[in-house]
Amino acid sequence: MPFQDIIWAIAMTGMGLVALVFVYVIVNAGKAVDPAAGSRTQARIASLRKGLFGLLLLIFVGASWATLHRFPIPRQDTSLQASQVVDVLGRQWSWQMSMQGQQSGSTLQLASGSPVEFRVTSADVNHGFAIYDPDGRIVIQTQAMPDYTNKILYTFTKPGTYKVMCLEYCGLGHAPMVTSFEVAKAAGG
Amino acid sequence: MAALTMYPESERLSAGERVAFNLYMISAVVLFVLMMLLGVIMRMAQGTWLEVAPDLFYRLLSMHGAGMVGTMGMVTTAVMWFFLRKYVTLHLWAFVANYVLFLLGALCIIAAIFVGRYGGLWTFLYPLPTHSMGMWPDASAAWFMIGYLLIGVGMLLFYLDATAGLVRKYGNLGRSLGLQWLFGGRIDPEHPKAVVASTMVIIANSLGIIAGAVILVMYLVGIVYPEFKLDPLVAKNLTYWFGHMYINATIYMGVIAVYELLARYSGRPYAISRPFLWSWAASTLFVIIVFPHHLLMDYAQPRWVSITGQIISYSAGFPVFLVTVWGALANIHRSGMRWSMPSRLMILSLFGWAAGIVPAILDGTISINRVMHNTQWVPGHFHFYLLLGVLPMALALMYHVIGSRRNQVSNSAADRLGLPIYLLGGLIFTLAFLAAGHLSVARRMSSHLPEWIFTDQVGAVGAILVLLAMIYFATRITIGLLRGPDSGHAAHAAA
Repeated sequence: MPFQDIIWAIAMTGMGLVALVFVYVIVNAGKAVDPAAGSRTQARIASLRKGLFGLLLLIFVGASWATLHRFPIPRQDTSLQASQVVDVLGRQWSWQMSMQGQQSGSTLQLASGSPVEFRVTSADVNHGFAIYDPDGRIVIQTQAMPDYTNKILYTFTKPGTYKVMCLEYCGLGHAPMVTSFEVAKAAGG
Repeated sequence: MAALTMYPESERLSAGERVAFNLYMISAVVLFVLMMLLGVIMRMAQGTWLEVAPDLFYRLLSMHGAGMVGTMGMVTTAVMWFFLRKYVTLHLWAFVANYVLFLLGALCIIAAIFVGRYGGLWTFLYPLPTHSMGMWPDASAAWFMIGYLLIGVGMLLFYLDATAGLVRKYGNLGRSLGLQWLFGGRIDPEHPKAVVASTMVIIANSLGIIAGAVILVMYLVGIVYPEFKLDPLVAKNLTYWFGHMYINATIYMGVIAVYELLARYSGRPYAISRPFLWSWAASTLFVIIVFPHHLLMDYAQPRWVSITGQIISYSAGFPVFLVTVWGALANIHRSGMRWSMPSRLMILSLFGWAAGIVPAILDGTISINRVMHNTQWVPGHFHFYLLLGVLPMALALMYHVIGSRRNQVSNSAADRLGLPIYLLGGLIFTLAFLAAGHLSVARRMSSHLPEWIFTDQVGAVGAILVLLAMIYFATRITIGLLRGPDSGHAAHAAA
């Protein structure tokens, strides 16, 4: 299942729960209760809030640990020791991708199953370097920024044609700023 | 408790105040309609129902972004002014000066875009405004930035006047924020929530506007002296520090209307509490330091900065869910609520804020941001809480004021029809964005891949519904505000 589908399901569940709470309160808001029953209800609501605080705290700590204990961005100040290294240069409005041993101008060929390091920078303005898999979903991205090099480390598992699109608005030719590369099944894989 | 009087005498507008308030509100609803029209055009263009050349599309996008953010800032400033003036002395000249500077700034921005062909978007990300590849001249970028500076100066003037009023009454901003009651002591039950929220906005948004002014002035220096270069990462941090705080301040100014009005419609006092003060103290800090979540894909940022962005994004949900939304829902639960336009709009606004924060928090997670950043997920979540959250807060006050002038709560059949159309359109429009983001559809593109167009067309239908409802609201509000109060019946005839 694509990662985006999981995110979508979480978002819709969360937003749906919020909507349900609102619907419940709205349906009951028009009914007035006597002051004694009202203060009992308010006490129940106050204890429910404590429960919600505990639940949110649990989600907060759990989600932070799950998403940060292995930091999702590779170290930027050292070599990433990848067997495949691709230099990426964004400029208004094209991508230049080069790898040692491959002829410039030809479609880049990468192997699946082993990590690829992308060293991404820009010659002019900010661009967004986003890799779309053969099914049209983003698998990873970073910003291409002048004067800085952002490093991505990614292991492709699915062979096919991957598309690179610019995800940071960069002027008139932003939408057509597209290129592609091929990922082949690793030999013996 | 005075707050339960529907139209208290302390909210009466003098003749001058009434003119100023009407100018703010009528300008705002007209601008919202125009900016929504641009939004409809862009969604229809992406959906291939309309042909718009790329250069025009990006100019419309620049206008829509700057126009919407600026108008949200203007209208919610009027919300803050309307209530804060009851508690501290505010000078009408500062409120009017903010409006005049806003208009002057808006004129500069409109001229830069439609005469000067500026298309560098409202975020003016360095160095694009001065690196257009012939799409627009540097002079247009300069006019656009001068427009921003004028708007920022106007808002700072208003904040300075409000600060002076708060300090005169409470001694310092810490006391008006209620920090003295965080760890104990008897909280003054009459300490106004509007004062607490206004203090937070003044502190956070003044810093944001100053950060924006720094980068804008550096840009202008760079236009005059092209050899002057900025560090792109520093420039980006300053830009998002400004942008994030400015647009977030609109929520915190707008919610003052809910704090002030909700109890009058539910008939149940909505008291200040220690959790409330804690939540606003925490939000003051969070809103100032959360902006790195806009730069999670800038891997050159120090790691601790990105982690701060994620953790603070998560933390920001606590005050919203546990205090503001929970407190408001508890207030109306089984209260015998009087349903009318202001109360419906207030509840809608809280729903829009609370539900809109869910996809926003998700996107603040680094590993999620890697696949959602700059997709339509982003306009999905911010349109959710701006369109269904902040704008209804301001509309609620407008409807309330119309009611005060006739001494009758606004609740016509047309209003009751307009609101569901607005809600339905808003849900279709924003969920289409979120669905597109989940399908990896990029944001800010003049043309889309064939497989993306379906979500654009669904979004366009929602946008048209929202526009139709907003045209009705704008007409109704303009007529209501301009119409004099009924003789002998008005709660708030002009003094």
